Amino acid sequence: MIEIRNITKSYDSTVVVDAVTLTLRRGGITSIIGPNGAGKSTLLSIIARLIPTDKGTVMVDGLDVARTAGEVLARRLSILRQDNHMTTRLTVRDLVAFGRYPYNKGRPTAQDQEHINKALAYLGLEDLGGRFLDELSGGQRQRAFVAMVLCQDTDYMLFDEPLNNLDIRHAVAMMKLLRDAARDFGKTVVVVLHDVNFASCYSDQIIVMRDGKLFLQGPPSEIIRPDTLQQTYGCPFEVHDLGGDRIAVYYA
Amino acid sequence: MPPETRPSGMVLSLMALAAVVCVVAFMTWGSRGNWSFVLPFRGTKLLALVLVAYAIAVSTVLFQTITNNRILTPAIMGFDWLYMLLQTLLVFGLGAATTSAIDPRWMFLIEVGTMTGFSLILYRFLFSGGVRDLHLLILIGVVFGTLFRSLSGFLQRLIDPNDFVVLQDRLFASFNTIDASLLLVSAVLVGLASLGALKIFHTLDVMALGRETAISLGVDHRRITMIVLILVTVLVSVSAALVGPVTFFGLLVANLAYILMPSAKHRYVLPAAVLLAIICLVGGQTVLERLFGFDTALSIIIEFAGGLFFILYLLKGASR
Repeated sequence: MIEIRNITKSYDSTVVVDAVTLTLRRGGITSIIGPNGAGKSTLLSIIARLIPTDKGTVMVDGLDVARTAGEVLARRLSILRQDNHMTTRLTVRDLVAFGRYPYNKGRPTAQDQEHINKALAYLGLEDLGGRFLDELSGGQRQRAFVAMVLCQDTDYMLFDEPLNNLDIRHAVAMMKLLRDAARDFGKTVVVVLHDVNFASCYSDQIIVMRDGKLFLQGPPSEIIRPDTLQQTYGCPFEVHDLGGDRIAVYYA
Repeated sequence: MPPETRPSGMVLSLMALAAVVCVVAFMTWGSRGNWSFVLPFRGTKLLALVLVAYAIAVSTVLFQTITNNRILTPAIMGFDWLYMLLQTLLVFGLGAATTSAIDPRWMFLIEVGTMTGFSLILYRFLFSGGVRDLHLLILIGVVFGTLFRSLSGFLQRLIDPNDFVVLQDRLFASFNTIDASLLLVSAVLVGLASLGALKIFHTLDVMALGRETAISLGVDHRRITMIVLILVTVLVSVSAALVGPVTFFGLLVANLAYILMPSAKHRYVLPAAVLLAIICLVGGQTVLERLFGFDTALSIIIEFAGGLFFILYLLKGASR
């Protein structure tokens, strides 16, 4: 369980995250949606201790992320940010192997190799294992980073816009993969998404942020409605029921 | 190319072999007379060259790892200019004759102490939370560097011309006039710094992935950055105090190491950079002494080659 209490973060006089309090239960996929500048990524970064908070606490399974040793948290919680540019030349396999660092401190065991192979296979990267990251397309690189996070094998996995750079096929595959990870291995997945319909079709729970504040929290059936979406994004929405999923239409 | 075709171990062995050849050539080539004189005489110089090569190579690679940038060298933090200002102040305040008369061991301690002290003050910003961003810290270093350089430039214009000549001589990195009495102190300092580096060695590869990934993988990014910065400061100060400022040399060997080593792991890159530095310094000094008969200073050649490499590297990066 992730308990977020009264988290506030401001840069100079601009409040980016404003007194957010919410609880994320174990298991399932939670999506965070909201307009640009709503504080979604900042909140995610604070949960993952990448950014210190000004006020409030984040507890992961009872551990305060600001006080717990990094290596302890690294075995419970992982995060993948949007932009992962890298100066070192690494092969895909080398990168994925870093996911085991919290467990082996750089000395891989036979068991680690198994984890690495599994993560590579899970993302269909077996053939690319020996390729260097700078020789890959944006989507392939994105999948290599996700494989690293899977390899870290933490209970909580946070992703900041994991669908960036992915074409439709890979975006769907990625969301299915996250759903499977949540279902099959009991992982808790938190994703920041821009695509409302991906959030609608794949999440167990949706969190809506607006102006740095927690606006709404609930299952897709409560959130994906014309009135709430309109209030969130400030433009007209239609919502249709298609094969059991709620699909928002906003192109008109 | 796949890593299998060019195993890192083999490349390292070849470099080690080349380094040994350079060392042997340096010790034996063109030696006439009594070995009991030649060996200690050249041995001291060799030790100094190796120490400097080691300090510069390790400090540059570590600095580039924590900054995630391959065209930065610790020199950018203003160390060299501080060294210059220190020398200028001494000559300006005490006069060339008195400065030259200072016991070199005291001089060495003053130099290393001032440079380490300066950077510790700078890094305190990181601790106190005033500056969270490493790049901002580096920028502050750059600004300080410019300030130091301007101050030295100003003082040098006021100085007695005779003193200025003495000063100018001190400001060129020289591998010929190394004081043997400083070697032991330097070796101890470098050894201590290396022990510190060994303790955090396993985090270095993770640090190279960038701040966010490193934190997600459980590395205390701020603490490691701090430790590395302190180690780098000690290494740079020692090398600057031993031979004077060298700007491009670290950049040259670090980047050559990245290019030549198939693996980016520090386990391979660090020894490669050290070996390359030894090859350049010891080999270069040998050629200079034996072939050109001391006609020119090694540091000038190395800085020239390093500068050329730097420009080529930038151009290559720009064309990508």
